[in-house]
Amino acid sequence: MSFIIWTIQLILVPVLSPLVIGVIRKSKARFQNRRGASILQPYNDVWKLMHKDEIISADASWIFRYAPYIMFAVTLVVGASIPLVASFLKNEYTSDILAIVYMLAIGTFFLALAGIDTGSSFGGFGSSREMTISALAEGGFIFSLLTLALISGSTNLFSISAFIAAPNLLSALPIMLAFLGFFIVLLAETSRFPFDNPATHLELTMIHEAMILEYSGKRLALMEWASANKLLIFISLAINLFFPWGIAQNLSLGAVTFGIVVFAVKVSLFCLVIATIESTIAKLRFFRLPDLLIVSFILNVVAIGLII
Amino acid sequence: MLKFFSKILFTPQNVISIHSASRTEKMGVLAVGEKIEQKVKRLFRGSLAIRQVDAGSDNAVEQELVALSNAFYDVERFGIHFVASPKHADMLLVSGPVTRNMAEALRRAYAATPEPKIVVAVGNDAIDGGIYKGSYAILDGVHTVIPVNYQIHGDPPTPLAILQGLLDILEIIDCESVTTANSPAVQE
Amino acid sequence: MLVLIASPTGFIELILFFAVGAIGALCLRKDDKLANVRSSFFAIVGSLWGTIFSVGALFALNTILFSIGTPVFPLLSVSIAIDKLSAFFILVISLVSLFCSIYGFGYVRHFYGKYSIGALGFFYNIFILGMLVVVSASNALFFLIAWESMSVASYFLVVYDRRDPNNISAGSLYLVMTYIGTACIVLAFLMLYKFTGSFDFTIIKTMMGTIPDWIKNVVFVLAVVGFGTKAGIIPFHGWLPSAHPAAPSHVSALMSGVMIKTGIYMMIRLFLDILSPIPEWWGLSLLIIGSISSLLGVLYALTEHDIKRLLAYHSIENIGIILLGLGAALTFTSLGIHSLALLGLVAALFHTLNHATFKSLLFLSSGSVINQMHTRNMEEYGGLIKYMPQTALFFLVGSMAISALPPFNGFFSEWLTFQTLFQGIASLDFYAKWIFVGAAAVLAFTGGLALACFVKVFSATFLARPRSSEVAHAKEAPFSMRFGMGALAVLSLLLGIYSGHISAVLGYVGRDVSIFHDVPALFLSSEAGRLVVGNFSSVSAPVLFALLLVVLVVTWGVVRFFVYKKQEIHTGITWDCGTDLTPRMEITATGFSRSIISIFKSVLKPSMQHAVEYHDAVSRYLPKTRTVTLGVSDMYRLYLYEPINGFVVRLSRYVKRLQNGIINAYMLYMFVVLLVVLFLAVR
Repeated sequence: MSFIIWTIQLILVPVLSPLVIGVIRKSKARFQNRRGASILQPYNDVWKLMHKDEIISADASWIFRYAPYIMFAVTLVVGASIPLVASFLKNEYTSDILAIVYMLAIGTFFLALAGIDTGSSFGGFGSSREMTISALAEGGFIFSLLTLALISGSTNLFSISAFIAAPNLLSALPIMLAFLGFFIVLLAETSRFPFDNPATHLELTMIHEAMILEYSGKRLALMEWASANKLLIFISLAINLFFPWGIAQNLSLGAVTFGIVVFAVKVSLFCLVIATIESTIAKLRFFRLPDLLIVSFILNVVAIGLII
Repeated sequence: MLKFFSKILFTPQNVISIHSASRTEKMGVLAVGEKIEQKVKRLFRGSLAIRQVDAGSDNAVEQELVALSNAFYDVERFGIHFVASPKHADMLLVSGPVTRNMAEALRRAYAATPEPKIVVAVGNDAIDGGIYKGSYAILDGVHTVIPVNYQIHGDPPTPLAILQGLLDILEIIDCESVTTANSPAVQE
Repeated sequence: MLVLIASPTGFIELILFFAVGAIGALCLRKDDKLANVRSSFFAIVGSLWGTIFSVGALFALNTILFSIGTPVFPLLSVSIAIDKLSAFFILVISLVSLFCSIYGFGYVRHFYGKYSIGALGFFYNIFILGMLVVVSASNALFFLIAWESMSVASYFLVVYDRRDPNNISAGSLYLVMTYIGTACIVLAFLMLYKFTGSFDFTIIKTMMGTIPDWIKNVVFVLAVVGFGTKAGIIPFHGWLPSAHPAAPSHVSALMSGVMIKTGIYMMIRLFLDILSPIPEWWGLSLLIIGSISSLLGVLYALTEHDIKRLLAYHSIENIGIILLGLGAALTFTSLGIHSLALLGLVAALFHTLNHATFKSLLFLSSGSVINQMHTRNMEEYGGLIKYMPQTALFFLVGSMAISALPPFNGFFSEWLTFQTLFQGIASLDFYAKWIFVGAAAVLAFTGGLALACFVKVFSATFLARPRSSEVAHAKEAPFSMRFGMGALAVLSLLLGIYSGHISAVLGYVGRDVSIFHDVPALFLSSEAGRLVVGNFSSVSAPVLFALLLVVLVVTWGVVRFFVYKKQEIHTGITWDCGTDLTPRMEITATGFSRSIISIFKSVLKPSMQHAVEYHDAVSRYLPKTRTVTLGVSDMYRLYLYEPINGFVVRLSRYVKRLQNGIINAYMLYMFVVLLVVLFLAVR
């Protein structure tokens, strides 16, 4: 039985992430009074891209060619290490706060290098902006997870999820503050509003898109899939670490099924929240983004101050 | 904020159905160019990525193309979306009579689009120069620069016509029998 | 066998190898090639023996003691005491100098005919010799002799390329600052001598009880200034960014990788071993100093476009991180929580080892790039990955290691440092807790900024299109250089994968420090390759590495071979929107970091000057040339060095008035002094 759980854990993130993107796009379309594509559209996109040829620039090196695989592999490993539907699993090896933060940083590192590798201007400034945002977001990211670790007495993500599932009024306020800080980091790292517009065509406004402008075919499919994975990873962290009610706490069929259902519901709610944010506020000017990230960091420090 | 959300929720949906247009609205699609290979069949049914190339056009066609993404015509519901780079694209939608300055850029955009790809010339200007035909500054149509697979007539074609045309193109791609060059225009 | 290796004889053999290499190189200085062979051979063999010796000393049962008193100077005795801590530092020095010497054998060839290779070999061997004796000396005077020889030898190595005037001024700055540091150290030892009557470390340690607290505090401040100048903590780091780039690359690697660690070694030796018990503010002040050093170090690194200056600033940053671990260890020691203090010490020692490895790797790779490009300016590189693929790969490994990316070694030592700080946040009282929170915040930001900086360095140097015509002439480095770099890269990876075992060994080393002798349970344990801190955190290096590798290979295999097998990949041009892309359209190193510099403008104070030259100066319609000068002001130079400099110069000008050249005045001085001395003698 636990083998089945671990298999679900490994494949859930790559299988579900295009659906998450589809739900967000559909909700945004509804906000704009359109019908929008079906929520399964990103699967079609990935499938189609996998069956196209590629054109690779002559200036690109092996870093450009292998960065999509590295990024996708990193998101798979991180996706398998975070609590998705069950918090009773034991992963003492890779489910550490710092381990997942820095493993995601490997992906960002290679993505930024790949953006510059082809020598196009767009990729260059896309990488510069991405590294600026990422450097400042890392502080808020580590600290929001640290707040939870200090509350639960462990940096293992599964233990944190299990501990916070038991309701405790005293730590409600710090958890809320830490969640707000984490939410800002989520928007920053997954290139959502107000940090970046994932649907823009204007290169001067791109951050994440600019770095993948040179990709085509299979590699583009992997890159888009990897960023969808990253979005689902962050959403799972948000819902399973800060609001882990309903997560499966023991190895029984009922609990696991309930856990899966609750996970699906929570992810959809979160997608609606993201879509609402994307439809109501405007993208911020680039030099106002560090202020927002420092706000996230300060919220986390206040949360830590409340619990120590 | 509340007024904003209530406006979103209570505005009625008014997407135009593709079957409601009258016969005269459907300007028709001309299938020209090489035979599309088998691998294109069914490939673009689910997801078509369009890169729009402005080869010196007078922006009339671009206005209509931009209208395709609005709440009335909503091309996204068919799985068609516009992309930012030719390397991401399956279809090049070219407008404009191809001025001399844009010829090289158009060729590079075509070279940068990975196979399998389709080229559609939209508007009378793109087909043979339109109202600018014979001018010293243009090259009289997209087909003189890059191989064109389909044409959509109109100066400019209405968004509905373009939408109909795109869907017809997808139908043609999906069909068993694919027409070859110099065949009679396929009308619906 | 072990007893034979780990004995005073072993150590003397070690010294002899380097001494013979030095003298031999000097004697053979007429023949460049022979001098190079001779000095490199002995350096390599000596380092190899050093590695064996230190590993033996690590597993020996007791410390290696050796002492010769001299009848003429009773205070000076040539005494060495190699306990596990010294053995560890000897291991670090030997490992790094082994690979740097192998690298240097090929690198030095481009100095043939220009400068004296014999002199280079001589000073190089003396330098390593000095470092080895510094970490094993047990008598303060003997230590100072070794310290001086290390500093002087490194000075001559810094000014080795003497045709460049920048190098000479860098050397002068280095010499002045290192002597200020040495003066503070001498003062500290003199104060200790006054109260204990001896220069011997073991005797001072036993007499610690008789020293009043304020003396210990003064010694602490002097030691921080003195050893901190050598280690390069802000604000005593002014010499580092100029001196490290000036030296030949394998020497820069040694200076940055191990010489600055000797300062850390003495801090550990003094604060944790000799001067105990210690008050809490020592550890907290080291934490604050470490935080400032790491943050400012990485910010200044982001402003640089000279590749070696940038790496030198990163050394300052990493010394800051080591001080974070050390400061935490001191804080816990002062509060009596020895198990957590051992955790902090292990974190500091591990980061010392890791930084030595990846910093030398980075300096060696940049050295081979500079060799081919004849400039240190990153803005003229670009696209080198196609001409120097192996150097690029080794530099990439170094970049990933220094940015703390798993599975390389940098991640695990930063993980340990984080764990120390987290434990402090969880268990200390109010003031200490918030300083630990601040330190953890700084560490988190430093990691992110270092990642941004190394994306900039790697991409500006190796990726995109060449930015100058020199790049087309670049060739891959010769075999010995590649071997040195490759060995260090492999070592980085291995140190990362086996971090569990290594931290167990380091715990064993840390326990050898006398106050930690009876720490009952190690808060840090490692089972099956995992690093486990209490029941708070655990991470497994081998599993992480294996998982990443397997998933990567499987993904690549599946996508490449099972999905759409008939895919064709064509080579085209970069999408340029129809224009021709020139190298000037790529992002530059300066442009890359401009955003971050603008964000931190209150600290870095960037400036931009715009100069326009017109065709007609009167009507000023058509510009002929435009010059934009981007600058960053050095805060420490403005607020610390310049005022002190100005004060010293003004003071000396004032005192100069005494030397007015009039004989009568001098006779008056002599007469007055004679009267005062007579008066004092009679009293």
